[in-house]
Amino acid sequence: MSDDDAEDDLILSELDDEELVLQMHDDLYDGLKEEIEEGVNILLERGWEPYRILTEALVAGMTIVGNDFRDGILFVPEVLLAANAMKGGMAILKPLLAETGAPRMGKMVIGTVKGDIHDIGKNLVAMMMEGAGFEIVDLGINTPAEDYIEALEREQADLLGMSALLTTTMPYMKVVIDTLKEQGKRDDYIVLVGGAPLNEEFAGAIGADSYCRDAAVAVETAKEYMLRKHNRASA
Amino acid sequence: MRLDDDRLTREGLAPARHGAAAAAPGAPGRLLVIACGALAHEITALIRLNGWDHIALACLPAIWHNSPERIAPGVEELVSRHRNNYEKIFCAYADCGTGGRLKATCERLGIEMIEGPHCYSFFEGNAAFAAHGESEISTFYLTDFLARQFEAFVIRPLGLDRHPELRDAYFGHYEKLVYLAQTDSPALSEKARRAAERLGLAYERRFTGYGDLATALAGAAASATA
Repeated sequence: MSDDDAEDDLILSELDDEELVLQMHDDLYDGLKEEIEEGVNILLERGWEPYRILTEALVAGMTIVGNDFRDGILFVPEVLLAANAMKGGMAILKPLLAETGAPRMGKMVIGTVKGDIHDIGKNLVAMMMEGAGFEIVDLGINTPAEDYIEALEREQADLLGMSALLTTTMPYMKVVIDTLKEQGKRDDYIVLVGGAPLNEEFAGAIGADSYCRDAAVAVETAKEYMLRKHNRASA
Repeated sequence: MRLDDDRLTREGLAPARHGAAAAAPGAPGRLLVIACGALAHEITALIRLNGWDHIALACLPAIWHNSPERIAPGVEELVSRHRNNYEKIFCAYADCGTGGRLKATCERLGIEMIEGPHCYSFFEGNAAFAAHGESEISTFYLTDFLARQFEAFVIRPLGLDRHPELRDAYFGHYEKLVYLAQTDSPALSEKARRAAERLGLAYERRFTGYGDLATALAGAAASATA
């Protein structure tokens, strides 16, 4: 926020921590990237741990956005603007998180399936998963089965996330899962799928572990599976 | 009856006859075609061209293109409401983003629908469209209706009127806009060209006529008593 803004504009640095975090939730909701970056820097100067800023200011704010999108109060353009603002904050925090150490939830390989170039949903999931402490290997768009499988092995990933927007491309998810089965690797990974035309029935029919309706559900589902995996491993 | 694009987009169209029978209201047609509002002009043109006076047309809001989860329940509701008034009902939708749900609904209701994934495909011809394969995965399509309603279907719902900076988030991976033309209209071609320019995409016009829509409707028309 520049100094010559209107008089009634908030000066973020004059807010106490609690007020500032609430204001950052509002700013995320309004997609104000510069304000989010400023808020992150202020909290860092005040000695906040990067992980605390990520969870309490950014992820919590984005969760409000996600809930209102789910409930039909916000629409795709507003979510994209909010995500862009969150990305601005995460760009500052990411190198610091690596230095200071943050809980590692697991590693996910994610990509939009072959034949499909739509990545808005996939990018939102990747960002929210990252915010929740997952390491993300994003293969981008138009991803063939061999690229998914090669990345899963190379990265020793826990989860595979596949996205499709088109009814013509969503069957490709089954191709990937069938290839994993043929190679005897299906049970090595938790497979989550998502995208506008999908549903739980489809996910079950193709042999995925779960269908995730939105980014928030993807995060919660991934956390549950990782918890079960750890419990099994320690049993 | 004059078709209003804004109403077809938002509200659809109540069952009505559009050929010579439109001048003699009263008895409903023997075949009810339930269609997407985006196909109303093309279907009424085919009804007039072929003299299918036994067909009545009802449309669901074309804007459901952007929320396809509403299509199957919408079709089912119209079928339930009008089933007793018609000898036969035909669903003039392809899968249209319903992920097989519309097909399942139509099978359960015992009505036929158009083959193919969407109107871009059946306008060009499903076989020809499928033959493009991966070469067109980065192509954005418009039809006559979508070229006329570009603002209502693309610019406003995507927020590009308020936030042009979101262009890359939506269209960053697209390369080309193909206008699948049902009619020869220089004015519409110019609209489509301007749409491509606005989205920063290369432009191509491809004349399709009514494609497989004509074949599918001819089959439906022949299956009901004229």
